[in-house]
Amino acid sequence: MVAFNLPLNSRIGQGQTFKAPAGAKRVREFKIYRWNPDDGKNPRTDTYEIDLDECGPMVLDALIKIKNEVDPTLTFRRSCREGICGSCAMNIDGGNTLACLKPIEEVRGAVRISPLPHMPVVKDLVPDLSQVYAQFRSIKPWMQAETPAPPDAERLQSKEERAKLDGMWECILCFCCSTACPSYWWNGDRYLGPAVLLAAYRWIADSRDEATGSRLDELEDPFKLYRCHTIMNCTDTCPKGLNPAKAIGAIKQMIVERQG
Amino acid sequence: MSDASKAPHIDIMRSPLGRARGLGSTHKGSAHWWLQRVTAVALVPLGLWFIFSVVGLTGATREQMTAWIASPVSLSLMLALIAATFYHMWLGLQVVIEDYVHQESAKIVAISAVKGLSILLGLICIVSALKIGL
Repeated sequence: MVAFNLPLNSRIGQGQTFKAPAGAKRVREFKIYRWNPDDGKNPRTDTYEIDLDECGPMVLDALIKIKNEVDPTLTFRRSCREGICGSCAMNIDGGNTLACLKPIEEVRGAVRISPLPHMPVVKDLVPDLSQVYAQFRSIKPWMQAETPAPPDAERLQSKEERAKLDGMWECILCFCCSTACPSYWWNGDRYLGPAVLLAAYRWIADSRDEATGSRLDELEDPFKLYRCHTIMNCTDTCPKGLNPAKAIGAIKQMIVERQG
Repeated sequence: MSDASKAPHIDIMRSPLGRARGLGSTHKGSAHWWLQRVTAVALVPLGLWFIFSVVGLTGATREQMTAWIASPVSLSLMLALIAATFYHMWLGLQVVIEDYVHQESAKIVAISAVKGLSILLGLICIVSALKIGL
């Protein structure tokens, strides 16, 4: 059954508070989930007071400032700082998003930050994504075609065929959507989740791919696909403005379509 | 050696890809999903028909009531309403159980119970309607 309480070793305690330097004018609190696998303690929430006059505009700027200037033990993933690598996906102010694209000004009051929900935590804000990466691999996210490519050119696509991939190729696999989905929380071991299903549909909709039927065969399963109950948290939370719920709807529609 | 006993025990070493593939795809589920929607859509006109008919019969005598059910159109629509309602209930509750019950034995018992109960309740309604209507 679904557990309504966190296990005892996951209950979050009160942590330290790091005060803003004297003379700071625009102080904002950052309340950040901390957990260290090596110290044997429960997770805690540390509070960092940051002077926004001395900090960049995005939540990632504040995290980098904290790590550089206040507390080097704070652990998080980041790379491109412009919403294209998907590394800094985390839960900010109750919603999953990319820290680099989330302006601090959009958050009212203290900025609460925790790792992507319902994933095993490696440390602090770093979730273990190996399950969802493996699920991504399981849908064979590469072109399958028996027709050989032209020897001296790429496989051609009409403008209309190419347009079908818009809204899908932009996915950066940050997994904000999958980890915002209650169905994925309860059945993530068997349900593929919105990010992986969007990726699956990206290949189903690709005119150059010749494995549409077997891709649909593989997805038609009460758990892999039909755990989606159109809750739409995925579409709501996507930091790239994509619509995984629509892609999942299209897959369900195609599976019905080929039956009659 | 005392440290070795404190080392975390790892009970799953199967690769993530092996776990993600799991027992494979059943190639089923679309009929369940589609029929849940078909019955939902069917229940809109059937439900409205039932509500308006019953409201229209306010103050009717027992004879008028049984005569209404006994008409071929009313009886057929009534049977269709009963079938759609209990089939929809079965399909919907099965999804809820699959979502929230993760222990395999409890899941099988719960899904079987819902299936049996839906069929039984549906049969009781159908037999009742037929007894009055035929």
